[in-house]
Amino acid sequence: MLAVRNLEVVYNDVILVLRGVSVDVEEGKIVALLGANGAGKTTLLRAISGLLDVHDGEVTKGSVTLDGEPIHRRNPAKIVTLGIKQVLEGRRIFAELNVEENLRTGAHTNTKQLRSNLDRVYDLFPLLRERQKGTAGYLSGGEQQMLAMGRALMSNPRYLLLDEPSLGLAPLLVQQIRDLIVEINKQGTTVLLVEQNATMALSIAEHGYVMETGKIVMDKPAKELLDDSDIREFYLGLGAEGAAKSFRDVKHYKRRKRWLS
Amino acid sequence: MAELLQSISGGLGQGSIYALLALGFVIIYKATRVISFAQPALMLAGAVLVSYLVGAVGFYAAVVLGVVGAALLGLGIERTVVRPMVGKPVFVVAIITLGIDIALRVVVNGFIGNDVRQVGDPWGFARISVLGVAVQERHIATFVTTALVITVLFAFFKYSRLGLAMRAAAFDQETALAQGMSVGTVFALSWAIAGGLAAVAGTFVATGAGLDQQLWIIALKALPAIILGGLDSLGGAVVGGLTIGVVESLVATYQSDFAPWLGQNFAVVSPYVVMMLVLLVKPYGLFGTREVERV
Repeated sequence: MLAVRNLEVVYNDVILVLRGVSVDVEEGKIVALLGANGAGKTTLLRAISGLLDVHDGEVTKGSVTLDGEPIHRRNPAKIVTLGIKQVLEGRRIFAELNVEENLRTGAHTNTKQLRSNLDRVYDLFPLLRERQKGTAGYLSGGEQQMLAMGRALMSNPRYLLLDEPSLGLAPLLVQQIRDLIVEINKQGTTVLLVEQNATMALSIAEHGYVMETGKIVMDKPAKELLDDSDIREFYLGLGAEGAAKSFRDVKHYKRRKRWLS
Repeated sequence: MAELLQSISGGLGQGSIYALLALGFVIIYKATRVISFAQPALMLAGAVLVSYLVGAVGFYAAVVLGVVGAALLGLGIERTVVRPMVGKPVFVVAIITLGIDIALRVVVNGFIGNDVRQVGDPWGFARISVLGVAVQERHIATFVTTALVITVLFAFFKYSRLGLAMRAAAFDQETALAQGMSVGTVFALSWAIAGGLAAVAGTFVATGAGLDQQLWIIALKALPAIILGGLDSLGGAVVGGLTIGVVESLVATYQSDFAPWLGQNFAVVSPYVVMMLVLLVKPYGLFGTREVERV
């Protein structure tokens, strides 16, 4: 189990971004992490995958443990070999390399099973097999997202951290990506899914966390979150139908107290 | 006609040396976004190492050991001086490499002394007739070796795990880290490769006439080569190097006939004239990425 306990992260020695975040990702599940821009979702993923250093961030309190072993002081390469892989926001494929080379970079820590992993990824994403010699930068947005996910799977990770896989994709493609995430999970990879698209995320997740300004403000099974009135209004856009909305209420939502009351 | 071909063959030989040095510049630049001005010192160090080892182990073994030595030197420089500066402005790092170059050359000059040292190559100035053109054997050797080195290097970048990691990290370091690659290893490797290439180049520069303390100036001609080829293109470095070599050789052959008013030895500055023209017309070079930032 991947467990985050009371995690505090500070950027540039002054900016407190995570204030005591605790998250449990149980093996074999899909866990969704929701929240508005700047809530700290990506920072949490970076803290898990060891990429805080690049952004001058630091874990000042708390811990990230994998099966009880603390991993938040390890370097990213070590964390990848332990079986945790992050798919960065915005796809971030190596545009100058071709599709197969991109996938091979994902197998950097696990070259022994290169062939079988390559076949597995090509079976998951048949489109990539067709384009394997094509330059990755010329793929469409959806194909690039598949490539980024496929690349991450090349090292056979136990935990996959997905940062906004639906970003900038057409609704049809979002559905396709969603189905693929379910399929990847079925094949035995635990998924921590960070999303702005709450409908999509909660439709496949078993458990959901909601973050706001560096704190977890809700922690419930996905089904309960879907029925929660606040979530319905502010994340799913399903307000009280027909009711004229007073702007005073809208402002009220921005107050921090809201979630904790 | 024979004169033209002879001039071109000499230019290709000399240009191969520039290509090797330019490749070193480009590899370090791609990996770390820093232009390393330490290349001349690494080249000189490699050549001097060969000149000391040649008596004991013979020319070819000495070249191999010289390459290894220069690669280790590059590795050492990266680890001790450049690595602590990761994240600092690249301009600062570039100036530091300038300092390393000067410091290292002082040390190496101590080993050269005032006389010309020989690397003990088997070619000297011997010529061989190729299709009626008298070509210096050392130029053929330089060209063939360079072709070989470049083939191996390109295969390394295309097929090997570490080569791929270097290309990936050059493109996007954070994503490379997320794949479990070690960017530090990539930095170190790029310096080591650049050092090795510089040693090969230095050895071939010193074939024939031998090496003295002024030899390092030749390495600076790799700068016009990378500007011409594009700062971040490996293929561009090769094309740029060969072109600069041929241009220089042609100017040396024909300038006294066609433009005697330019004075003697104009060929020495011709690479820099080419560089200035390229900077005016196509500042990102023939194959360079347009948005590459210049240092």
